[in-house]
Amino acid sequence: MLDKSKIGAETEERQIVVEAGMLRLFCQAIGETNPIYLDEAAARAAGYRAIPAPPTYASVLSNLAPPKTDLVLGVLGADLGRMLHGEQGFTQHKPIFVGDRIRLRQRIADIYDKKGGALEFVVLETSLTNQDNELCATMRTVAVLRN
Amino acid sequence: MTIAATYRDASAGAALPTLTLPPISPLTLALFAGGSGDHNPIHLDRAFAAKNGFDEVFAHGMLSMAYLGRLLSNWAPPERILDFSTRFVSITPLRAVVSCSGEVSEIADVSGKRCAKLALKTTLADGTVTLSGEALVQLD
Repeated sequence: MLDKSKIGAETEERQIVVEAGMLRLFCQAIGETNPIYLDEAAARAAGYRAIPAPPTYASVLSNLAPPKTDLVLGVLGADLGRMLHGEQGFTQHKPIFVGDRIRLRQRIADIYDKKGGALEFVVLETSLTNQDNELCATMRTVAVLRN
Repeated sequence: MTIAATYRDASAGAALPTLTLPPISPLTLALFAGGSGDHNPIHLDRAFAAKNGFDEVFAHGMLSMAYLGRLLSNWAPPERILDFSTRFVSITPLRAVVSCSGEVSEIADVSGKRCAKLALKTTLADGTVTLSGEALVQLD
């Protein structure tokens, strides 16, 4: 069973600059062709200060700037091969743009189990803050461990 | 059913235009691993998948959520998508054809903003629902 005393454990603050090239690769991977994500001139023509991040990109930034110790695999010692993604949620407060320097923090918000411990759930909360200290997004991730 | 081509046409009960993707190939998953930074071998390495009880690699849940994100941000500009969440209901196998669909469940005031609440899902060709979710889109 996962150690519930780890509820509240947090990662160190991580930083990442949002890069146009990585964002373009993500768009290529999902077949996104909307020019606001691919062409700075098109983004500016649409009224943005730079290329905006697509809707789920906060999770990509979190993946691209991993903490020294992963909360689920490291702090909780869960087995990667037993892990599934249960739920994902994004709340947007301010848009994220190419060129932004984003700071991420992540914590274990909850741990619970179902089916007599056959399935365990870890709820992670991640915040993304930009260079102007504006909270841009909060993310809620539920990882499921099959025991 | 009424189709709302963009958020400007949102009304309760209207459907968003459906998005159907090409079949998911190993290349799709390799590109998504690189593009998303999720390198979990369960999506890339058949031997690793087999060791963990799966016959074959399967797609990242976040790939289907990103497809839903395409549906959303082609319907409304990304800064209007205030909230977007999904539950990963079943696994998306290799070669699957994913379709994204959505419907305006209601128009409501949320914290003083007029918003469309959307019900979203991704389905496979046989009708299996893989993701079920919601979004909140600011209308004005």
